[in-house]
Parts: sequence; C-alpha cells; structure tokens
Amino acid sequence: MLLRKVSQSSALCGTILRIPPVLSGGQRQAGVVALQNSRLYASEAAQAVLEKPAAVSSDAATKVENKAAVSESKSFAVSIFKGQIATAQVFPFPSVLSEEQEQFLRELVGPVNKFFEEVNDAAKNDALEKVEDHTMEGLKEMGAFGLQVPADLNGLGLSNTQYARLVEIVGGYDLGVGITLGAHQSIGFKGILLFGNPAQKEKYLPKLATGEHIAAFCLTEPASGSDAASIKTTAVQSPCGQYFTLNGSKIWISNGGLAEIFTVFAKTPMKDPKTGEMKDKITAFVVERSFGGVTSGPPEKKMGIKASNTAEVYFDNVRVPADCVLGEVGGGFKVAMNILNNGRFGMAAALSGTMKSSIAKAVDHAANRTQFGSKIHNYGVIQEKMARMTMLQYVTESMAYMISGNMDSGATEFQIEAAISKIFASEAAWNVTDECIQVMGGMGFMKDAGVERIMRDLRIFRIFEGTNDILRLFVALNGFQSAGNQLKGLQKALKNPLGNAGLLAGEITKRAKRKAGLSTGLTLQGTVHPELAQSGELTVKAIEQFGVVIEEMLIKHGKKIIDEQFVLKRVADCAIDLYAMVVVLSRASRSLSQGHASAQYEKMLCETWCMEASDRVTRDIKLLRSGESRKLFKNLRAISTALVENGGPVSPHPLGF
Amino acid sequence: MSGRVLVGVKRVIDYAVKIRVKPDNSGVVTDGVKHSMNPFCEIAVEEAVKLKEKKLIKEVVAVSCGPQQSQETIRTALAMGADRGIHVEVAGKDYETLGPLQVSKIMAALAKKEDAQLIILGKQAIDDDCNQTGQMTAALLDWPQGTFASEVSLDGDKVKVVREIDGGLETIKISTPAVLTADLRLNTPRYATLPNIMKAKKKKIANVKPADLGVDLTSRLEVLKVEEPPQRQAGVKVETVEDLVGKLKETGRI
Repeated sequence: MLLRKVSQSSALCGTILRIPPVLSGGQRQAGVVALQNSRLYASEAAQAVLEKPAAVSSDAATKVENKAAVSESKSFAVSIFKGQIATAQVFPFPSVLSEEQEQFLRELVGPVNKFFEEVNDAAKNDALEKVEDHTMEGLKEMGAFGLQVPADLNGLGLSNTQYARLVEIVGGYDLGVGITLGAHQSIGFKGILLFGNPAQKEKYLPKLATGEHIAAFCLTEPASGSDAASIKTTAVQSPCGQYFTLNGSKIWISNGGLAEIFTVFAKTPMKDPKTGEMKDKITAFVVERSFGGVTSGPPEKKMGIKASNTAEVYFDNVRVPADCVLGEVGGGFKVAMNILNNGRFGMAAALSGTMKSSIAKAVDHAANRTQFGSKIHNYGVIQEKMARMTMLQYVTESMAYMISGNMDSGATEFQIEAAISKIFASEAAWNVTDECIQVMGGMGFMKDAGVERIMRDLRIFRIFEGTNDILRLFVALNGFQSAGNQLKGLQKALKNPLGNAGLLAGEITKRAKRKAGLSTGLTLQGTVHPELAQSGELTVKAIEQFGVVIEEMLIKHGKKIIDEQFVLKRVADCAIDLYAMVVVLSRASRSLSQGHASAQYEKMLCETWCMEASDRVTRDIKLLRSGESRKLFKNLRAISTALVENGGPVSPHPLGF
Repeated sequence: MSGRVLVGVKRVIDYAVKIRVKPDNSGVVTDGVKHSMNPFCEIAVEEAVKLKEKKLIKEVVAVSCGPQQSQETIRTALAMGADRGIHVEVAGKDYETLGPLQVSKIMAALAKKEDAQLIILGKQAIDDDCNQTGQMTAALLDWPQGTFASEVSLDGDKVKVVREIDGGLETIKISTPAVLTADLRLNTPRYATLPNIMKAKKKKIANVKPADLGVDLTSRLEVLKVEEPPQRQAGVKVETVEDLVGKLKETGRI
C-alpha cells in the first residue's frame, strides 16, 4: 500500500531525485552553500556562525530514522524555511527579568532619562561635531560606559534586556551619543567580554567600564567593507612566538580618535595542519594605543551622528604581545561575527526609542495644527501615516525585547532573528522619521524642530554593522542552508523507501497538499490568544506557502542559489515579514492574556500588521513562483549592465541633445 | 553628639505631570501616574550628604512615610549618598489622611529613638504646599528651627542658618539638636549615578509601623472637595482708557 503511494507520486519523487549532485552527500559542507568561494562573505558568515559542518551527509540510515534528519533548531526563522513553526523562542513573549532585576532596572530608568533631558544637548553635540566635554564626564560618572561589564570589574552587570531598556532611552534623545557608547561597549570591547581569558578581562575591563579608556572595533579597511574576509592588515608572529607585528590601516572607525583600546582584526599567516601550506587566516587582537605605532586621523565629516568620532586608524609595525590575541589564532572571523551578532539587538532597542521620540513629535503637531478648519489628525491621509508609524515602532520594540529575552534565557540560535531585527529597525526608523517630517510639513524641515537631525543620524543605520543588503543575503542563505539539509535528509530516505515509508508518505502528502494550497495541519491555535486566531491563520498560511517556494527555489537553482540575489532579497523580505507577524502575535497575545488596558488596541495593531504583511509575503511568493520573475530579473540585470558600460544613463535626451 | 542626621523624603506626583482631578472631586488621580521625590526633599538629602562628605556629621538616615512605593523614594536617597533608610508604613485610608501633624509626630518619635543631631526636611511638598512639617516637628521636640534655609554651616554644637524671608535674607545661629528646612537655593542636588544606585541596593531599609512609635495617625482634618482652578477666560481688548474704565465698572470691578 505504502509502496504504491510512493510510486504514484513519482513526479514528486522524480523532482526530489533530480537534485543536483552536490546535495547528495560526499561534500562536507551543508546544503547549498558552496565554500569553494571562500571570499563570499555571506557563506562564510553562515558557516562561521553556524559552525557546524554538515553532519547529515554521513550515517544516512540512523539519521533518517529521526524525522527529516536535521538537528532540530529552536530558531523560528530557521524553521519557517522548512515550512515549519518552531515556537519555543517566540511563544509566549519572554518575560525574563527577576523581581530584583526589574526593580533595579526601574531605578535606573529615571536618572538616565533625567541626565539626557537636563544635561545632554543633542543639538549642541551635533553642531560641535563632538559630545560636549561635561556631558562625556557626566556619562562616565553615570556608569554609562560599562553597562554590561560584571559588577566586580567596575561595571553594572546588566543583562541584555536591562541593557536594551537603557539603550532605548539613549536612542530617544541622541543617537550620536548612542553610537559613542555603542561603539565602545557593544562592539569595541565586547570581544574581551565574550572571548577574553580571565587575565585579559581583569587587565582591561575595569578601566573600560569607567570610561577612563575608550574602546573601538577595527575591522573595515579601504578595500574591505562588506567583504570583511578580504582584509589586508597583517599580523605576523615573531619567530620566538612572543609577539605579533601589526601593519595596516582601518577606516571609518567609530571612536577611532578617542580610543585607547582597539579590537583589531588582521590576517595572520598560518600553516594548515593538514596540507602544510601557508594560509592567511584572520586573528583578533586587543591593541593598546600605548604599544606605540598606533595613530589616528582627523575626525571624518559626516551626514549624521556628527557627535560620534569617526576616524582612520593606522598601525605601523605595532608590537602586539602574544597574550593579546583574542580567542584563537586564526579564529578571528568567528570572533568578529559573534561580536556583531551579540550587539545587534541593541540597535533595535535604541531605534525603537528613536521612533517613539519622532512619533511623539508628529502626534504633538497633528493634534494641535489646524488646517481647513480641523485639526489635521482628523484627516485620513495623516491618520494612515500615524497608524503606520506606530505599527512599525510596535514591531521593532517587540523584536528587540523578544531577542534580548531569548538571549537572556540562554538561547544560542538567534543570529537570523538578530539580523532581521537590525534590517527591520533601521528601515522602520528611517521611514517613521521621514513620515514625521512629512506630517510636520515645513516645520519638520527646520533645524529647530530637531527632526532633521534625527533623519541625518538614522541614515547610517542601514549601512554600518552589516549593510542591510548583505544581511538580507545572510538571512536567506542561512535559511536555505537548513532547508537544504532537510531536503538532503529526505533524499537519503528515498534511497531506502521501504525503511522510511511512513516518513516519505507523510512528506509527499504534505507537499501535495501545500502545492494545492491546502492546509497541512500546521496551526498556531492554542498558542496565540483566541482573539487573534484569524491573524494566526494568516501567518500559518503564509509560512506554509513560504516553505513551498523555498523548496522550489532550492530544487530549481540548487547550489547556484547563492548567486540568485534577486531571489534571495525577496526571500529575505518574506522571512522578515513572517518574523514580524509572529512577534506581534506573541506580544499582543500576552497583552490580551494579561488583560492589559491597551490589549484591544494592541490587538488592532497586530491584526492590521498581519493583514498587510501577509499580502506582501503572498505577493512576493507569487512573483518568485511565476515565470515572469525570470524576465524581470533578467531585465533588471541588463539595465544595470548597460548603465555601467555606458558610465551613466544610457537613453539619449528626449530633446536629442 | 551622635552625628546622625534624619532626612525626611516624600513621594509626590512628579512635577512635570499634568494633574487631573478625580471625577468625584475627592482628590487628584494618582493611579498609574509618575511619582518621584519631592524636589525640596532632594535638596535636603543633598545637604545632608554634603555635610557627611565634609565629615561634619557621621550618618545620614532617610525617612519616608507611606505605602510600599515609598521605598523607591528612600532608595533614591540611598543612591544619592544616604547610609540607611527607615520606611514608616502607612497605607490605605491612613495614607489618604496623612498630613504634617501626623508626619511631624512620627519624625519627632524617630528623632528621639535614633538620637538625631539634626533633622533636615524640604520646606514644603509640591503636592499639598503645607510648609508645616518642619515647624511642627521642632515644636513637638522643643528644638530650635532654621526654616527656608539657603545656607547652612555647622560650627561645633551650633548651626548658622541663612534664611530666605520676604524682606531678604536673615542669618540666625541656633543650637543643636535642631530642625532645618531646605529652600530652593540651598544647593543643586546631584544626579544619582547608576553605580551608586547599584551600591544602594546593599544599604538597609528598616520597616517600622506608626504604632511601634506610639503615634496616633487620626486626622483632625476632613477634605470636603477638590476642584480644578476656574478656566481662564479670554481677555478683551479695548481702544481707549475711557472704554477700560467703563468695562471695569460694568463688571463691578470698581
């Protein structure tokens, strides 16, 4: 009976079997991410961060007995690529603060707010292009430079959630100060917190926590931005092994002109233990300006975050003691990715504060400005803007605290979600502030209103710490990798159909149903609050269809999927929308269950968001599955090629000259 | 001298909040409204901590009378540099009718119990504007008082106080133990830094009930009604002085 079922769906079998050879095992790397091109940032990122060589390729029989032969990841973002819903990290909305932590945090919020209200002058900092001296002193006294350093090393020992809450306040007042603080502790010395040995921590953290020493993160070079693996700064180990000689230059380093302690990434020549040939691998170092040979250039003139110091940093034959290596020699790329990954939630938290501030200005204006006889908040056009602004803020805020909550609960798999939150937050904040200026009209454009500065400050957030474009590729490729693993597992099962008949029958039925648009029993009922059932259903449908299109893309493109950036971008957009839907479902469910006063309002936000997000996802999926997408992408590519060949717009002037 | 200073700190509605009167006119809305330490109490704490930093006194004890949330106010005082706190628990109906008379009885009892050398209070609270607690406390203890202080200096067992009065400034010298009330220009309170807030977690707050101090909280006052000030009427522009006099006569002002 079962055999017949299997052979009847021969078409499906055939499709699965037609997977290009790379997926059928024999290669150590998982799924579709080819590692031959080791300079591909995204793939190395995926590999480095996931750091698991595909174990699925071997031991087929035993692995396949377990469902789908993939180590079950707890990450929601990973699961949707397989058309599944891993709810552990998203439902219920995490509440991770103990009573003591919550009380402590409450006490901190007041003074921080007060400081930024009364002492910090964002407009002044922007005009001076530096943080005023007395403000810097005040921030150091405040303890703002060592929020997450352990208390016994002069810090405040805050958890990620507590840190997020404070960084939210800073984001609402002054992003320039926010970056000065963030470049210092969120990335500047985070490496010491995450990878430092006890001696390094004891040596460096106390002065960094009080702000006596400022830190900077030095990765980017003139020829290496997104392609971080291609950096050229070198650190050559001395023959005696006691020190490294560092040579190279870094650009656009936040706090570069102020820092005493630098986390520097350089290429160290190493002998490959297997082949014996010399390879260049990245190593992370803690470099002190006092080592000598470290100089920094003048502050860069920027569009925004002017108060934050950005400078070039030069290393000229700097002697770095061997015990300043952070982590392992040759393990620097992983250190860099982990540092960036670890600090990403902070951005979403800060930007959610910035959005609150912009929204408050817009609301104040709309509620008081009268035109055509009514206050403008009565007009539909303004109402739509305000509603969208607040939805974007609600989603960002929910993402920030869900991720910080997951991290505080000990989750180890949050890199996709963190990347999603950075992409979402930076674009949402830009849109919200842009609309705020629009609502305020001419006033919004004026310096005194304070919003144009926020707009200028926000632009960099879509670029630094991993450009949104690269992060989208990362999200998509990471997801494809897990989906690819699953497919591989299934392929193994097909080699032994009798032994895996139950599994195969189930999988084939599932695919048949999904292709027909039918539900496969996946549901969020019982997980989301009953009042949100409809939105839950929309989300489930979208996830099911997403799973289908992912598999189709994998089968269609195979390993070449890594080059299909038009596809990857749209896939990432869907993943972002799906995560956003689930995050608001979780938050609104919690508010409803806890009977918050705002629960009905949050329900409205959630329903509205899910309606529109579901439409976007459906539209993208439709495009990806249609034949037209091929034509569209081909055209886009051709237009761009012509443009580059021509050095500018190709079409002649309408007037002929 | 014990070298101990008691500082009273009151939890009040934050000065920046827009006050709303309850629909039944029995009081103002306090639920869910932001509260903080009375600004004059902050100045009092700052002065006490300054005296300790100058080594003129030995210990600063922050006292607050009220419900559970008053502990937050005490913690702020601890974060500013007070050494320990005393929370006198008053809740419910008793808290609603708690006023200067009751608080001064409590302060007097505590001053005797703690053998205080000085009591420093804010000159008044920004919610009820009574400006009575300091004076009543001094009277109950039969201690000298230096109210509306804009400058305080200790000299042996005497205190020199510069007071802000209607006519200008008055300088007096009083013996300790004494009660002082802080006026606006006495000092500028420091910001509670986050590391100090963290250190304050380790400082103790003792819990005391008014009954333990032998204090009777019955109120001699009954609030009949609380209402908003009348809405400000729009002004009227007049062309000439005659018109102005005419209008004033019309409305019965002259």
